Amino acid sequence: MDKIGTIRSRTVVLPASNIDTDQIIPARFLTTTTRIGLGKQLFADWRYAPDGAAKSDFVLNQPAAAGCQVLVAGRNFGCGSSREHAPWALLDYGIRAVISTEIADIFRNNSLKNGLLPIVVDETTSAWLIGHPGNEVEIDLASATLRLPSGINVSFPIDPFARYCLLNGVDELGFLLQQQERIAAYEARHRDS
Amino acid sequence: MPKTMFQKVWEQHEVTAETADTPAVLFIDLHLIHEVTTPQAFDVLRERGLSVRRRDLTLATMDHSTPTRTEQVFGGVPITSTAAGRQVQQLERNCAAAGIELLDMHSDLRGIVHLIGPELGLTRPGRTIVCGDSHTSTHGAFGALAFGIGTTEVGHVFATQCILQRKPKTFAINVNQKLRPGVTAKDLVLAIIGQIGVEGGTGHVLEYRGEGIRALTMEERMTVCNMSIEAGARAGMIAPDETTFSYLSDRPRSPSGADWERAMERWRALPTDPGASFDREHTLDAATLEPMISYGTHPGMVIPVTGTVPNRRGDPVFDKALAYMGFTAGEALRDRPVNVVFIGSCTNGRLGDLRGAAQLLRGRKIAGNVRMLVVPGSQQVKAAAEAEGLDRIFLDAGAEWRESGCSMCIGMNGDTVARGEYSVSTSNRNFEGRQGAGARTLLASPLTAAASAIRGRVTDPRELL
Repeated sequence: MDKIGTIRSRTVVLPASNIDTDQIIPARFLTTTTRIGLGKQLFADWRYAPDGAAKSDFVLNQPAAAGCQVLVAGRNFGCGSSREHAPWALLDYGIRAVISTEIADIFRNNSLKNGLLPIVVDETTSAWLIGHPGNEVEIDLASATLRLPSGINVSFPIDPFARYCLLNGVDELGFLLQQQERIAAYEARHRDS
Repeated sequence: MPKTMFQKVWEQHEVTAETADTPAVLFIDLHLIHEVTTPQAFDVLRERGLSVRRRDLTLATMDHSTPTRTEQVFGGVPITSTAAGRQVQQLERNCAAAGIELLDMHSDLRGIVHLIGPELGLTRPGRTIVCGDSHTSTHGAFGALAFGIGTTEVGHVFATQCILQRKPKTFAINVNQKLRPGVTAKDLVLAIIGQIGVEGGTGHVLEYRGEGIRALTMEERMTVCNMSIEAGARAGMIAPDETTFSYLSDRPRSPSGADWERAMERWRALPTDPGASFDREHTLDAATLEPMISYGTHPGMVIPVTGTVPNRRGDPVFDKALAYMGFTAGEALRDRPVNVVFIGSCTNGRLGDLRGAAQLLRGRKIAGNVRMLVVPGSQQVKAAAEAEGLDRIFLDAGAEWRESGCSMCIGMNGDTVARGEYSVSTSNRNFEGRQGAGARTLLASPLTAAASAIRGRVTDPRELL
């Protein structure tokens, strides 16, 4: 996985709360057996009319959204289904960080394992970001800070282990594989459970 | 120091405890897999030259993208969607190559992944259970710690039988008194989600406790734990008791003989110790609840079936949900016309659910404007239902009777609700488009669903009991 350091980008804003993973990528696209190319199905039912035409009033279809790598969303982003296709679709589209006041557990875990940054901020910061779409922000993973256009730095929580892996391009499976002796010892102790 | 059940199960499975810098390494006792969330994980194993560490603790089924029409399942007719067919074939190849037991399309034991674990006796108290599916929380009904994972984590479990986890917090849901007639476990869990909110459980493991929970059957407990994820919770658990042990005692793969006795000793030690504290608590009274129905686009947007759609002036997200549903604030849902009724899913696809619906449909017909699908959660449920004639009741009433699978809960296999149609569904999610693009889902119990099918309108099942 590529190392992540600093992300500098304008924001694209979806103010709705409780955006579930069925919206991020509808279930009918989950028959895929790969993880590539899902960006075109991102928010499919919000982006496209039933006849396949792009809906001009949806924010991702507007010219200002082009090239934005930071998605700002309402509370409880990524709730619902555990489909990892959701972060795969966001990343394939070009989103590298999601900012919300709350991010659902499974989506957050899946995002961290793929290099998509789930960033939880306070209500005030979130309200400002939602009210000011298209402003440039800077996310520095090493210091776990989000820099707003005003110059104010907002720190965000991130699991130190996940941060280490993302900063160094290390994948978590490698860490688990180093534990094989301990796993074998555990298995030997628990033969009958 | 007194411990919660969650703490006990967690500590018993720590290969390595968590530190400030690293998450815990947690051993997994049972890894359930299906066709949708595994192909990419098997690819990673191949790319890295790894193999499945514990195929004896791994069990595969096919449920999400599989057909439910009998002629498609058994008649040699290929799966309609070539992508779905490819996915199913890939699971067959991957399981054969890895030596993983697969309950395939022709197995009598096949079913929705969250039904087969309990049916076989593989879902047991005190176990850690994962699956690439958020409704893995179902298995917590037995006092297991069970949660959904992503595909990357499926790969981790394949390679190491372990998972990296930060310890979640604990949240007691105290349910006083018992449910009244006509009010089901589904209504209870919808009410709980409505009260604590769809993000109320985020970062927590729920433990459902109290008289209202103890009085539930195992099937009803599974319905409750199944929807823990709809409150955002990592998992939901219920302490094992005589109801649990009785359910497990005659399952084909339950421990037997001296192993059963040893298991019982461990299981009896699992419940939360008196005096143990939870990070959060919420209390409700089951006897005050009524049949519930959802009116919006997430499972926290629920009201009693006799109630009216609330009004939240100035909340654009709320207004958007009502616009999608075609409802207005202040209106009653009762007597609203219904197009589709779906009975099934890992929430309400068990024998007791089908019996409940059949009890209302016996000797009655569904309304002419309604299309009704009854999809048993597993082939074992289907066989048991047919043995007692439930299939005849559904067919005589005018419903369709299908082979098992996720079907219209997720609409991946072609069983969908058309754009703009209203579906009273016993499934777990009323998200926009969940049952098909533009479909409008009203979540309810099997009783409410069956009553609404008979009248062709949203109906309080107590009027027909």
